[in-house]
Amino acid sequence: MKAAVVLLPGLNRDRDMIAALTKISGTPPVTVWQTDTEIPDVDLIAIPGGFSFGDYLRCGAIAARMPVMRAVAEKAAAGVTVIGVCNGFQILVEAGLLPGALMRNTSLKFVCRQVKLEITNANTMFTRRYQPGQIIRSPVAHHDGNYFADADTLARLEGEGQVVFRYAEGTNPNGSINDIAGIVNSQGNVLGLMPHPENLIEAAHGGTDGRGLFESALGIAA
Amino acid sequence: MIKARITVTLKNGVLDPQGKAIEHALSGLGFGGVGAVRQGKVFDVELAESDKAKAEADLKAMCDKLLANTVIENYAVEIA
Repeated sequence: MKAAVVLLPGLNRDRDMIAALTKISGTPPVTVWQTDTEIPDVDLIAIPGGFSFGDYLRCGAIAARMPVMRAVAEKAAAGVTVIGVCNGFQILVEAGLLPGALMRNTSLKFVCRQVKLEITNANTMFTRRYQPGQIIRSPVAHHDGNYFADADTLARLEGEGQVVFRYAEGTNPNGSINDIAGIVNSQGNVLGLMPHPENLIEAAHGGTDGRGLFESALGIAA
Repeated sequence: MIKARITVTLKNGVLDPQGKAIEHALSGLGFGGVGAVRQGKVFDVELAESDKAKAEADLKAMCDKLLANTVIENYAVEIA
């Protein structure tokens, strides 16, 4: 399985993503830069977290308009698996590859802690290594993770099983609507989530709860 | 040259935690009777264009493509 990691100025979780993909798949991912108009032939594209373009205008807004994101959109339309974590999720919604918007946390504070996530839908290509309803731990670190969608969009997301991860047991860190932590697009091949599963994949991290997401997406046996 | 002001505001029904915090701060300063406060953004744009209609169309396209997130925000274009 080959993976690509998108690099943009201001991202700071790119090395964590590269390390996670390398450790789990056994092969280092290729990297693509913001100005690249083509992405090599890969099975998975990951957009890491950070503060692309200093979060100017809106989180992810400028990154979403960079040439590389047109290439990501083409790959996504062709069925390639795409994962956006944290700022990567914000970039995917700003690029229109996922519905809704990510707004300032209701606490107005940057949150950096561990939360609990419920696997709301274990029947996706990102969660098949988990059990339905399973609770996993995951770190979060963000200022703008408050997911919002209008009533029609929300009903569609909930009705079609597009809500994949939900903050569980009162750990919603940002006030997101319906405790939403991560969603997939209607085709099911693009995932965006605020938590950082790439930071909980080996014993040195204090747990491996996030590993199943990458094993699922990369089609690796547990 | 055309000078324009674009105002971007949150749509009704979209929670605005920053506006709420400002509202509380104003009350804390002793300003009584402050109702809802909603925070928005203002962009002053200079355009090398003399045709007002063309400028307005361009400015609206800029809003749709970048300056506003129309999932959560409305915009208004005002040409000086």
